[in-house]
Amino acid sequence: MTHATQTLDQMRPPFPAEAGSGVYSNKLGMWVFLASDVMFFTALIGSYIILRFGMPSAWARPGGVLNVPLTGVNTFLLICSSVSMVKAYAAIADGKKYFLRKVPGKTLQDGGLKFWLLVTIICGAGFVGVQLVEYIKLVGEGFTPAGYREGSLLAEHALADPVKYGAGVAGMYGSTFFTMTGFHGFHVTCGVISMLYLYFTKVLPEKYSAQDYRGIEVIGLYWHFVDLVWIILFTIVYLI
Amino acid sequence: MTSVAHARPGAHGEAHHAPMSFWRKYIFSTDHKIIGIQFLFVSLFFLLVGGLLAMQIRWQLGFPGKPMPGGGILPESMVSGGVILPEYYIQLVTMHGTFMVFFAIMPLLVGVYANFLIPLKVGAHDMAFPRINMWSFWLALLAGLIMLAGFFVPDGAPRAGWTMYAPLSARPDLSGATISQKLWSISIVVLGLSSVMGSVNYITTIINHRAPGMYWFRMPLSVWALFITAILAVLALPVLQGAAIMLLFDQTIGTHFFDPVAGGQALLWQHLFWFFGHPEVYILILPAMGMVSDIIANGSRKPIFGYHSMVFAIIGIAFLGWLVWGHHMFMSGMNPTLGSTFMVSTLLIAVPSAVKVFNWLGTMWRGNLRFHVPMLNAIGFVSMFTIGGLSGIFMAATPVDIPLHDTQFIVAHIHYVLFGGSLFALFAAITYWYPKMFGRMMNEGIGKAHFFLTFIFYNMTFFPMHIIGMGGQMRRIYDPTIYDFLKPQQPLNVFISYSAFALFAVQILFAFNFLWSLKFGKKAPQNPWDDNGMEWSLPNPAPHGNWDRTPNVYRGPYEFSAPEAGNADFLPQYVKLPTDRDPVPAPAPAGH
Repeated sequence: MTHATQTLDQMRPPFPAEAGSGVYSNKLGMWVFLASDVMFFTALIGSYIILRFGMPSAWARPGGVLNVPLTGVNTFLLICSSVSMVKAYAAIADGKKYFLRKVPGKTLQDGGLKFWLLVTIICGAGFVGVQLVEYIKLVGEGFTPAGYREGSLLAEHALADPVKYGAGVAGMYGSTFFTMTGFHGFHVTCGVISMLYLYFTKVLPEKYSAQDYRGIEVIGLYWHFVDLVWIILFTIVYLI
Repeated sequence: MTSVAHARPGAHGEAHHAPMSFWRKYIFSTDHKIIGIQFLFVSLFFLLVGGLLAMQIRWQLGFPGKPMPGGGILPESMVSGGVILPEYYIQLVTMHGTFMVFFAIMPLLVGVYANFLIPLKVGAHDMAFPRINMWSFWLALLAGLIMLAGFFVPDGAPRAGWTMYAPLSARPDLSGATISQKLWSISIVVLGLSSVMGSVNYITTIINHRAPGMYWFRMPLSVWALFITAILAVLALPVLQGAAIMLLFDQTIGTHFFDPVAGGQALLWQHLFWFFGHPEVYILILPAMGMVSDIIANGSRKPIFGYHSMVFAIIGIAFLGWLVWGHHMFMSGMNPTLGSTFMVSTLLIAVPSAVKVFNWLGTMWRGNLRFHVPMLNAIGFVSMFTIGGLSGIFMAATPVDIPLHDTQFIVAHIHYVLFGGSLFALFAAITYWYPKMFGRMMNEGIGKAHFFLTFIFYNMTFFPMHIIGMGGQMRRIYDPTIYDFLKPQQPLNVFISYSAFALFAVQILFAFNFLWSLKFGKKAPQNPWDDNGMEWSLPNPAPHGNWDRTPNVYRGPYEFSAPEAGNADFLPQYVKLPTDRDPVPAPAPAGH
């Protein structure tokens, strides 16, 4: 089955739906959970907005403390993982359970579920890894949840250039930065662990088929949500 | 019963449940009924803990400076020569509120009855996610134990009040409690997780697992209320979790969210807490309203008056509940214009609430009333909730709230809606569904004695609080007699304390009735209350998996005194009359 012929079929659920809503329960449950997760991030992001704009002095300039290019690359990595998640979903919807398979007349091999989900896991784990490196570097420079550590490099910079480094807001800057990005990283980690679990218990034993691939669709929903949150966080924490 | 044997092959399939070991059956059970019963025992325990704390508060307020009877067993850090110390008193106040709101009333209403009733009442075999459901219970228990541990750590229990206002809660140097304040935050985060897991289950089950014929407007009001409550919980608890995490970070890793000295905002905590807290108020009352609606229709032998308006009132209350959190903060330094907005939205909630009260009265009006114990408690609920609701309107008006804020008047109000409201509804619900849970009836005579005595002592305890509140007695104060202007009303405080002790003593009747009936209660007939709900088509107690085959539903839940019923004055949802057609099963999904 090719993607072109599948367009009309997109609304077809990957599993016989339960009576009530036409959506099977796992997917409905994930949507409800995501609604609650939206409220969780709303609490964090809302507090950030209130604290930032309630401060008497200006916030640190973008790029002053944080390494925007590094995180930009990391953002790209996470977006790639979203693409590969869609590829994994499309692969199993077409019944492609394999890793890679030769296609006659094409140089690139065709990726199946096993390939694309592995790519997603690697990209997700890579994102968490880069974030850890970023944290270690920041803490090393003196950026902590409590602000700029006294006697650190950043504290000296802030003394020299209080506008760029937001000397008056360092405490709030550290508090909000580490809480928001930390909980996003926690969500990504949970997603990677869940995908690893699915990979070994369901994907490798080829439990999914074109008739039933609920787990992939549900974890895909979660993954795209986590990506979306990052787009927002990257914008409001790093870029503005 | 032949009437339930209308099977439908399909998504639910048939329930097969092999015999299980004791541990799988009663401890790590995935059966929604067992989980409900587990919640029942655990939250009744926490209700007892909260009650014991309240008794100590009442001792101190009634007899300040006198040694508390039995106070000798408490360590020196809490009492001195039997006299409650101020730093212990604030722990009592904090933990009484915390336990009652988060670990007694909320799990009693939602943990117990959402779990127990939803699958039974919508005709499902179990929850949508039974294993997540089990985790929801164990996390709730873990959260409760973490909270309880606060009493046993150095420095004692949390001291910032159950609302944990910052910066007192955020800075151990101010509160004097280092470890237990952190335990409070951790416990709330775990509890929030448990609550979200449970609510995801309830919502999914109600949407997807209703039996054929259980259309939305054939659902009992208890299920409607629990459904809307679950939506509130799913959206409100994460906000509290986020706030508690920020508080925990303030306490542990040095962030300054709520510390004004470092640029944080103490008011931010209040906004976050009450943004959660006001929907929470409705989480604590809506399920009670729903269950009381079922019981009043049953006790009046009449269809509920205005079923649709009841549903829309629940939805209206839940929606408006999101827009009113500021009324807790009139005195926190709020823009007066904003205060007026919150005042108007708060007053608006009186409309759907009044719709419900009038509908309950309309249901009872000219009904063939049966004053069984659940009905008595349900009527107690309606009357007490009305008083609590009316005093709420007082405080909703900003000018009136200024003198009333943070006085015993507020304490009276919250107890009229939480004790007089939710707890009376719970006494009703526990008695009503006891036979379904344990297969036996609770004793009717003890039940009635318990109701009347509770009703009397309850009013003697909480009504005078309105008066001393208007007289100016602040809540949470350690010793009212040190204020000259409060001295004249100290006899009233003594009166309240005696009433409270009597109120507590009366609950022994209930505890005895509950425990004694487990073993020695009268064996329950299949449908002891002549009710219409789906759950009564099952034996008492119902087996794991509930129905052998998915049942069909033929009508709404309140067909009392219907002419079609013949001699009986009730017509259950599961009974098929010759004129009834089988509901159309959900269409099979396309493409298969």
